[in-house]
Amino acid sequence: MSKNKILSINNVHVEIEGKEIVKGVSLQINSGEKHAIMGKNGSGKSSLANALAGHPNYEITSGTVELDGENLLDKSATERSLAGLFLGFQYPLTIPGVTVANFLRAAIKARNGDGIDIKNFRKVFKEKMKLLKIEDSFATRYLNDGFSGGEKKRLEILQMAMLRPKLAILDETDSGLDIDALKIVANGIMESAPKDGGVILVTHYQRMLDYIKPDMVHIMIDGRIVKTGGAELALELEAGGYDKLETEVSQEVGV
Amino acid sequence: MGNITTNKSIGTIGEDYAEKYGFHDPEEYFHKGARGINHEVVEMISKMKKEPEWMRDFRHKALDIFLSKPMPGWGDTEVLNNIDFDNIFYYIKPTEEQSDNWDDVPEYIKNTFDKLGVPDAEKKFLGGISAQYESEVVYHSFQENLKKQGVVFLDMDSGLREYPEIVKKYFATVIPAMDNKFAALNSAVWSGGSFIYVPPGVDVTVPLQAYFRINAENMGQFERTLIIADKGSRVHYIEGCTAPVYTTDSLHSAVVEVIALDDAYIRYTTIQNWSNNILNLVTKRAVANKNSTIEWVDGNIGSRLTMKYPCVYLVGEHAKGEILSIAFAGPGQHQDAGAKVIHFAPNTSSRITSKSISKAGGQASYRGLVKVHATAKNSKSSIECDALLIDEKSRSDTYPTMEIDAANVKIEHEARVSKVAEEQLFYLMSRGLSEDEARLLIVNGFIEPFTKELPMEYAVELNRLIELEMEGSVG
Repeated sequence: MSKNKILSINNVHVEIEGKEIVKGVSLQINSGEKHAIMGKNGSGKSSLANALAGHPNYEITSGTVELDGENLLDKSATERSLAGLFLGFQYPLTIPGVTVANFLRAAIKARNGDGIDIKNFRKVFKEKMKLLKIEDSFATRYLNDGFSGGEKKRLEILQMAMLRPKLAILDETDSGLDIDALKIVANGIMESAPKDGGVILVTHYQRMLDYIKPDMVHIMIDGRIVKTGGAELALELEAGGYDKLETEVSQEVGV
Repeated sequence: MGNITTNKSIGTIGEDYAEKYGFHDPEEYFHKGARGINHEVVEMISKMKKEPEWMRDFRHKALDIFLSKPMPGWGDTEVLNNIDFDNIFYYIKPTEEQSDNWDDVPEYIKNTFDKLGVPDAEKKFLGGISAQYESEVVYHSFQENLKKQGVVFLDMDSGLREYPEIVKKYFATVIPAMDNKFAALNSAVWSGGSFIYVPPGVDVTVPLQAYFRINAENMGQFERTLIIADKGSRVHYIEGCTAPVYTTDSLHSAVVEVIALDDAYIRYTTIQNWSNNILNLVTKRAVANKNSTIEWVDGNIGSRLTMKYPCVYLVGEHAKGEILSIAFAGPGQHQDAGAKVIHFAPNTSSRITSKSISKAGGQASYRGLVKVHATAKNSKSSIECDALLIDEKSRSDTYPTMEIDAANVKIEHEARVSKVAEEQLFYLMSRGLSEDEARLLIVNGFIEPFTKELPMEYAVELNRLIELEMEGSVG
């Protein structure tokens, strides 16, 4: 049985304010796969994530992206979400006065229209909160308003669990989490990540990959994927650090 | 919340108001006076109302004050100085008599209030309702059990006829005709409004409401409201207002006096939704005696210009005043709104929360005064002004004044101006909301501290009004 292509990125270049940050990335994710994109700050991995989600400041200047066989790049951020893309934010935004429950209802309504089943919504919402060890009071708090770093990240995963995307890009979801929170979040990702979809874990460190074993690991340096391998690549990287890798890579390309 | 609709185009903004509130009825009036203001007009109003001598004199004196007083030199002076007082109708009596049965109200007026949902609200959750059309209350009803407890809820004219001692004791004591030019004008030509008296210890658990409707072009509506909550009593009064869309201005200039005696509680809620040709120049002031609480909950949507600063005089020890307001300024609109609190007695406290939203060139100003007299030791006041700009064209200004003459006073003041951030929009859009929906959610969140204070039905209505105002914000 051939696997379904969920995401195909082909030679994508991304600019911010005229400066090229992502310099030709290609990547393919099949259904059921989890990929990790690793790299130092400034390597372009978060820019790639934001550009894929349609952030207006990140311009994809060339290349193609298909989500489940559909061209993603002619869609707005809204349409990309409705098409099944989800971005877990590195720095989730605060929206004062809007409760988590109301926000999620609005997001689900955007998908299902007025036919939103409130009873079912509540049930699923409660289940997912329990899975992420989130207290019920979360539902009536304002979106990320006064949330700790760990709470914000849990809320991102809660949103993913509720919205059931085809492809989830989780941008440094592990940053700012202590070890207990990391376990809970990783478990939440494992439990609620799209089973027949794909997941991209964008991360700096290997530690989350102890809990979520990726099918593939891609290392990004200076806007390019310089190395791709299995889960063991992350461990190598952890042992040797980015500097060792950078030296290797520059030798390979003969700089 | 949750009543997000799909995108509509920019062109529908005015049309929506026109369709839902901005229609007007043909004028089949019992009496429509001439345009313009002079002592004859005042005499005619007083005569038609068969008023006592003292009120007639009060009106004539007030007219002299109005004619001699200069315009306020602040707010929107350009609009103020261009008001053509000779072109306004000061008194229109639509029906010969007030009724307590909708079937006796002329069909076209009844239909209007039907469209505005007034009889519906009356049935569902109100203890009493007054419906004013132009200058007079045309329909009034009040629950029998509240009457039995001695609660009085009448239109102001009936109040003067039936409770002359109470009216004479309190009328114009909080806002004298001298107060300002528009208070003087109202004092000269006032008509309609509400009179409420709550006897000692009575808790009016259901809200009382008045609905003010302007129908004629160049109408001047000058209702006068007086609310007295006697010792230890409680009452919540709500007012709503709309008007047709015309090309020339109408004037709404009310005077509202509110008195809380010892240990009483009064909440006064306003949801005004004037059409964009109304000049809304209103004076509202409350006196809070010992241990009493006054709350102004003031929602300002619509109008061409609103100048309104609900005020609390804290005259008794441990009295509390709270003013919570929102203003929405759309294209061509200026909301000059704010709050005033004067601390006279020790251990008094006040809180002002003002929120404004400006869109498509709209201008919202917060103008506020907190004064703590030397006698008001150990008083507290906190002021929070929050402005949200929807786009680059819109404007927000803050004019806070604080005069503190007492010792041991705690004052907190915070003012913020924020823009709807692109990052916030992107965050919400990345969850599948359209740009309009995202912006509306942010705006609804911004005013949530206000809407949560409203009875549910009004919160829903307010969110719907904001949604109409926000339509087509993109681009």
